[in-house]
Amino acid sequence: MAAKNFVVGCFDDEAVLFPAVKKVRAAGYKIHDVYTPFPVHGLDHAMGLRETSLHTAGFIYGITGTTTALSFMSWVFTTDWPLNIGGKPHFPLPAFIPITFELTVLFSAIGMVYTFCYLCQLAPGVKKHVFHPRQTDDKFVMAIEVTGKSNAEEIKSFLASVGAQEINEQRAETGWWYGRFDKDDTLINERVTPLNA
Amino acid sequence: MKDQFVVPAKLKTTSFVLMGIGVLTLLIGLVALGGEHGSGRFWGGILQNSTFFLLVALVGTFFIGVTTLAHGGWHVGFRRVPEALSMAVPVLGGILFVVLMILVFGHKDQVYHWTNLEHVEHDPILKGKSAFLGAGFFTTATIITLGLWILFTIKLRNMSLQEDSWDLSPDTGRRLLWRNSVWCGGFIVIYALSVGSTTPWLWLMSVDAHWYSTMYSWYTFASTWVSGLSMIALFVIYLKKHGYMSWVNEEHLHDLGKLMFAFSIFWTYLWFSQYMLTWYANIPEETVYFQPRVWGPFRGVFFLNLIINFVLPLLLLMKRDTKRNFTAMTYIAILIIFGHWLDFFQMVAPATSQALHFPWYEFGVGLGFVGVIIFVTAQQLAKAPLVPKNHPYLKESIVHHT
Repeated sequence: MAAKNFVVGCFDDEAVLFPAVKKVRAAGYKIHDVYTPFPVHGLDHAMGLRETSLHTAGFIYGITGTTTALSFMSWVFTTDWPLNIGGKPHFPLPAFIPITFELTVLFSAIGMVYTFCYLCQLAPGVKKHVFHPRQTDDKFVMAIEVTGKSNAEEIKSFLASVGAQEINEQRAETGWWYGRFDKDDTLINERVTPLNA
Repeated sequence: MKDQFVVPAKLKTTSFVLMGIGVLTLLIGLVALGGEHGSGRFWGGILQNSTFFLLVALVGTFFIGVTTLAHGGWHVGFRRVPEALSMAVPVLGGILFVVLMILVFGHKDQVYHWTNLEHVEHDPILKGKSAFLGAGFFTTATIITLGLWILFTIKLRNMSLQEDSWDLSPDTGRRLLWRNSVWCGGFIVIYALSVGSTTPWLWLMSVDAHWYSTMYSWYTFASTWVSGLSMIALFVIYLKKHGYMSWVNEEHLHDLGKLMFAFSIFWTYLWFSQYMLTWYANIPEETVYFQPRVWGPFRGVFFLNLIINFVLPLLLLMKRDTKRNFTAMTYIAILIIFGHWLDFFQMVAPATSQALHFPWYEFGVGLGFVGVIIFVTAQQLAKAPLVPKNHPYLKESIVHHT
């Protein structure tokens, strides 16, 4: 993973954030990501993110579950170990439906949760750089990547002009690495003194 | 902003043509199907259509009821559409009442087996049910049910129209929500006790007088609810296509589509619950319902029903883009309404006409009822502005984002 330079701006209000996102994009700066304390409707659209393929993955997991359930049960009851249950046929489709349904739901649910965690780079023992400790609390945090075409000072003044409250420069890993959030996070320890310390 | 609907002449003509087709088919049916004394098919077709379309119109009231109780704001932009649709309830309720009274007091035992009192005397099962399936209880329950539906439908509609002349303030907003919630709460209880419980047993299930299924009412509800949602979607799309309701967009259609998708699956769930328990137990008095449908002449219709109402909506409505596409939604909504009409056909016809005929008669009468619904809904839409301007959730609906 490569470390990159970022200019980070904090916003107090989503009403300021929205036009800021649009202006930053219009000015051609590269937004790395925007962190918000709650899901903000329409922000993905404003940031120009493409639609997620999570539901396509979910559909594939679902039909995998359907196929697994139907083929396994048919194989067991017609080929492997045919039993006479209440005089029903050996391929009793109505009796298979509830299990098929359950396995479809189970496969798609579990598959989608894991895929979602993978896409968001979430897992136990995995750590990501936190741009601002209050990004899950009450701040809207926008991280702009400093590329070869832009320079940090220029981005800083631009962010200030669109209403960012707190602006700083950070060098950070873009991906995840093994580590724990409760240990050796210099950023959090430096910036925030816990109230009960 | 065009917020006052004017009924286009073309729509009026269409509704009159459809009503004309309905009356014409009825007259042809009267002659061709052996007259009013000879034919279960003649009366079965009327019963099927009048019940189905009454319950579809009643979905208008139910839609307002549930969304109000759930404090939903997204639908307020097109709230006048379910309101207008619900105003077909008094008309269709009147038609159904006349039909039912003719069936019961005219002793049409080809449709309602239990109205033949001489036969009931020698039939231990029907004799045991006679307190429920008797002219007295049937008539009382029908009058109370229809009366309450009409009362609440008109009350909800009138409240909404009244509120247009209120002054907008936090106090009036609170009062509006409160009195709507009270009346909607009352209606939902009545709806649950009627459509969710006994009414479909009386009106529809009793065509198979010996048979019973507790799932039947919920199944009927699911069928009409999803068709009613499609009907609302169709009217919204129609208004949108004609340049009205600029504040309603694909976000609202998307949510309607989600409900249509979800309740198509809910319908299948109930369909299957009713079928599987019967299949598993394999008791003759229960399988008698499925015998003509799965193994008899109605086999094709039975499985076609499942394809139109489950497989197609499931696959077609699954994608987000389809639910946000006005043209695609038009076709799917029509498909769903037709599918559930066919569902009602296979619920009634095997009992009333035994053999499977090409349903030209039932379909023609159905078109007549569609004409009535279009006519009444259009008239009602034209009566008031298309936006309930004093509703406190109006803004929430306009900025709605799924």
